[in-house]
Amino acid sequence: MYLITQMLNGLGAGSIYALIALGYSMVYGVVKLINFAHGDIIMVGSYMIFLTLGSGQPLWVAVLVSISFSAIMGVLIEQIAYRRLLNSGAPRIALLITAIGASIFLQNLAQLVFGANQKSMPKMFQLPAIRIGDMNVSNTLLNIIVAFIMMAFLQVLIHATKTGKAMRATSEDSGAAQLMGININRIIIFTFAVGSALAAVGAVLYTNTYMQIKPLMGGMLGLKAFVAAVFGGIGSIPGAMLGGFLLGLAESLSVVAGQSKWMDAAVFALLIIILLVRPSGLLGKHMKEKV
Amino acid sequence: MAPPNFRKRALSSLIILILTAVIYLAMHLLIAAGIIGPFIRGIINIACINIIAAVSLNLVTGLLGQLVLGHAGFMLIGAYTAALITKNSAMPLSVSLPLSLLAGGVLSAVIGLVIALPALRLRGDYLAIVTLGFGEIIRVVANNLEFTGGPAGLSGIKSLTTRQNATGMFDLIFPITAFVIFFSFTFGTSRHGRAVRSIRENEIAAESSGINTTYYKLLTFTLAALFAGIAGGLYAHQIGVIAPSRFDFNKSVEILMMVVLGGMGSITGAAISATFLTALPELLRSIGKLLANVLPDVMTGFFNNFDQYRMLIYSVLLICVMLFRPKGLFGRSEISITPLVDVFRHQGGRAPKKRKDGTK
Repeated sequence: MYLITQMLNGLGAGSIYALIALGYSMVYGVVKLINFAHGDIIMVGSYMIFLTLGSGQPLWVAVLVSISFSAIMGVLIEQIAYRRLLNSGAPRIALLITAIGASIFLQNLAQLVFGANQKSMPKMFQLPAIRIGDMNVSNTLLNIIVAFIMMAFLQVLIHATKTGKAMRATSEDSGAAQLMGININRIIIFTFAVGSALAAVGAVLYTNTYMQIKPLMGGMLGLKAFVAAVFGGIGSIPGAMLGGFLLGLAESLSVVAGQSKWMDAAVFALLIIILLVRPSGLLGKHMKEKV
Repeated sequence: MAPPNFRKRALSSLIILILTAVIYLAMHLLIAAGIIGPFIRGIINIACINIIAAVSLNLVTGLLGQLVLGHAGFMLIGAYTAALITKNSAMPLSVSLPLSLLAGGVLSAVIGLVIALPALRLRGDYLAIVTLGFGEIIRVVANNLEFTGGPAGLSGIKSLTTRQNATGMFDLIFPITAFVIFFSFTFGTSRHGRAVRSIRENEIAAESSGINTTYYKLLTFTLAALFAGIAGGLYAHQIGVIAPSRFDFNKSVEILMMVVLGGMGSITGAAISATFLTALPELLRSIGKLLANVLPDVMTGFFNNFDQYRMLIYSVLLICVMLFRPKGLFGRSEISITPLVDVFRHQGGRAPKKRKDGTK
């Protein structure tokens, strides 16, 4: 029984990873950039919920504020920090360093603005208790359901709309896409906005599940979600979901085994093994490097 | 036959050697005269250690062109190894410390090699992430093991600087720093260095020209790990207390910042920006004190609490450098005294054109 509840817990955490991994995967798919600041967008989103709820607004307002603020934040980062480099065709290493800079900037700005201490969130969703054994799993179920809805939404967006087609085209060959009349800049902005909005949805689930936030929460969370994205195959939406769930499960199993202090090391070890054995991930397509 | 530039290079090497000795003696005099107190002395030592770390990272990031985000991990290995050896050794510190530094460096290099063997199959951002992962794994391991002291780390690490011998640590750190700079420079301009640089420019082209890319990548990575380990060992004995949290991702970024600001590929650039960034917090604090009466309170408050804003400003700096001057302050060129040598040899005659490719 303990094993089952722990695994359900893992799936709950995994769905948060999955949501964040979706954002990573989307941005990487379109601009080939590991957006380090993505994890910190979750932190920004969480603080937005905290602030709006704290000012006495209802929950749905808080969620909306958080999602729209995060989307704006994502676009702002793209415009200020990445745009110039993306346009000038700068080396990938320069983009990555800028992304790290953006991430550290957000973390430290949040420390200054909100203080370095962690804050406790009020109770957010009033869910009917669903019990398995002696554990209430309603939050876990909520996480999983939301994650699946978001994945379905993204699948439809990317595979059934015109914008999605343009995104796929940009991802495949941005030069050719531009020649076909696709406004790449608009597509990139849209990608960052959607990715950051997904991060905010992840933030809603995170704050609801763990009920604590702090300025540095995005760092590890973002890195783990990145591992999940690579695990599932970066650029692939079902892959990001699968990677997130598997990562969550692996973490909960390490708790069951009583080795939770090695959890973070195990996550990175997993990443290294995947990259060496199957760099394209579980569901990713293998791409050959052209000379 | 000596190469045509042999005399010029020999002369400038000699001048640099003399200059290094002069700086070393001047420091001794200033410390003996009491002009440089223990506080500034500590900052100078830390600056030298940061130079070693930055110059070693520059080997991989500048020369080889691969982003490494786990450099602090290698420093951690060196720091813990050296500290554990000197703490448990019966030999006098002046003997055991250099030996322990060597041991720390070698262990770090071995682990670096083990990491590099699989990791260097990857490139660019994936390699960066993998090195970040390794750095974190090393930190978590140090955090969870018994003999490394867990999250509290190790304390009471002895220092060579004593009441009787104010320059103890400096006497060890400064020559090592000079050697690392010298070594990196000769390595960078040697045949091996050119091979490594050709990998940076185009790996496939380098390979088709008969360069053993795997060998050179491993060599560079291992050398960088070796020097980082030595830097870590020195750091442990300079500070006296080490904990895993001191060698986290932020530390790696700080070293990267020094390399990026100085210019990826420039050794003198890395050394200068390492010195500058180490001294900056103290510099601003003293400016704040100096101008306390003139400046508005907001400004002095900022200067005095610079540590609080340090990472914020570093991150803005990092982004700005990448956006507006991606090659860093010095680009890939070195500050070189060779042109000066020419001027003197030609007795004020036509000074030869400055070379921009970093060679002398």
